[in-house]
Amino acid sequence: MKQKLIPLLIFLLIASVLGVGLTLNPREVPSPLIGKPAPEFTAPTLYEPERTISRADLLGDVVAVNVFASWCVACRDEHPYIMALAQHYDVPVYGLNYKDTRQAATEWLAQMGNGYAGIIYDPAGKVGLDWGVYGVPETFILDRRGVIRYKRIGAIDARLLKDEILPLVRQLRAEAP
Amino acid sequence: MTRLLASILLLLPLVLHAAAPVYPFETPGQERRFHALTQELRCLVCQGESIASSNAELAADLRTEVHRLILAGKSDEEVVDFLVARYGDFVLFKPPVKASTYLLWFGPFALLLVGIGVLLGVVRQRRATPALSAEERALLDEEGRE
Repeated sequence: MKQKLIPLLIFLLIASVLGVGLTLNPREVPSPLIGKPAPEFTAPTLYEPERTISRADLLGDVVAVNVFASWCVACRDEHPYIMALAQHYDVPVYGLNYKDTRQAATEWLAQMGNGYAGIIYDPAGKVGLDWGVYGVPETFILDRRGVIRYKRIGAIDARLLKDEILPLVRQLRAEAP
Repeated sequence: MTRLLASILLLLPLVLHAAAPVYPFETPGQERRFHALTQELRCLVCQGESIASSNAELAADLRTEVHRLILAGKSDEEVVDFLVARYGDFVLFKPPVKASTYLLWFGPFALLLVGIGVLLGVVRQRRATPALSAEERALLDEEGRE
């Protein structure tokens, strides 16, 4: 009698594996940079073209790097949460203005509000390429030593802030420098 | 008149093709490598397409990058490593065989073996079922005659 159950059990095993597969999102490609130092870069800032910003500016504190653009619809949705992260939770957020124009980006920020500690101007996407950016928005969390510890593909929301980002920031801040 | 019109219409495709960016190379070997590589690399935005065929902006960016790397003298392996370092294994259409992908590569064969095992087990079980005894056969013959 028990032997007849074997095909059923095999079916259930396969069905559950495939069922889990259905819940996975192929767009969320895991980043190979997690656990690696953030890529080196030097780029002009958005507001002051003569000033440059580089990787060294991101060191010393737990920071977020938020990839955004004026043409990106989801960036509008996540903007209040980025602002909250920067202003309410005191996490320095650096913007990576990806494939945008100075004019469009500054206008967008004037309209939406600018909470960034600094903004990397990356019109050709060169910096983005080194960071493995393939969609906008994306958000990275770096520890004090500039190692990438987290990458979020897509907009952040209240749940992500509460369940993933803020606990991680707290944990990283508690780490020895 | 209609022949003139027809001739013009037939010639139009020659001028109406979308302006495709040209990737100039120094040798035909480089160009061949470019075509081969860009067909093996996945566009992360249009995930079923290669960066050779995808119209996504990222695909164009990655093609430009592959072009730059080839001109800079990088080998095929170096070009692939460059992109995998930034985008991960998913940028390859053919996943590498490593511990995390054993299930992907060998799973189907394992399932096939399990299926064959079940099949053999069922066939063996059927054969083991005893044939009708002489009495049962006699009973059936009687009922058949009635």
